[in-house]
Amino acid sequence: MSTKLIYFAWVRERIGKPEEDVDLPAGIETVADLLRWLKSRGEEYENALQYPDVIRVAINQEHVGHREKIEGAREIALFPPMTGG
Amino acid sequence: MAGAVVPAIRIQREDFDVAAEIAGLAKGRTDIGAVVTFSGLCRDEQGALSALELEHYPGMAEAEIGRIAAEAAGRWPLQGLTVIHRHGKIAPGENIVLVVAASSHRQAAFEAANFLMDYLKSRAPFWKKEHRADGSEGGWVEAKEADDQAAERWKKQGE
Repeated sequence: MSTKLIYFAWVRERIGKPEEDVDLPAGIETVADLLRWLKSRGEEYENALQYPDVIRVAINQEHVGHREKIEGAREIALFPPMTGG
Repeated sequence: MAGAVVPAIRIQREDFDVAAEIAGLAKGRTDIGAVVTFSGLCRDEQGALSALELEHYPGMAEAEIGRIAAEAAGRWPLQGLTVIHRHGKIAPGENIVLVVAASSHRQAAFEAANFLMDYLKSRAPFWKKEHRADGSEGGWVEAKEADDQAAERWKKQGE
């Protein structure tokens, strides 16, 4: 099943694209697993996700923690801490 | 009082008129005794900035602000609540965000507006990038620990 990944702010700039569809390999169960796998996909991902702890994540447009299961997620967004308001 | 008020949430590129938003909320009503507004403006940081560029997550921005507004409406007896957040390029002196909270008495309106802003800062999916006045490449504004702490203080015991 294909999952849509969306990136914002410096995560988007460093990865070099605003979004992509990926087929997650077996064994990727949590947000932390996803970040670890993405980081291994190339220099731009390594650069964006160097400090995974600071990356905020939303599944289907709701904030989640890194231990959240990603099964059934249609849309997963990765972004830095927010600075609106 | 939960569910008593339907918050009006707008995410838009265009500017807003603070007086018109207050008037719109109070129009035709005689039960409102207090209206508190907060507006956030773009600063130039002593002339260093020419603009802020606000990126947002369309869809989630509306949804998340809606969740925060619904929580405020559940916690305080509000008679009206409007939240507007702009995106795109915003020049110093221009509006960025507006919260208007209306209630019978002032305390609920003050607290709800304060709560809304603390949560917007740390949970609404917006990111500010600086455009520098000297033309050099500006960076992304860094999130402040103080903003997270400001949101934390609204947590109820046991959460």
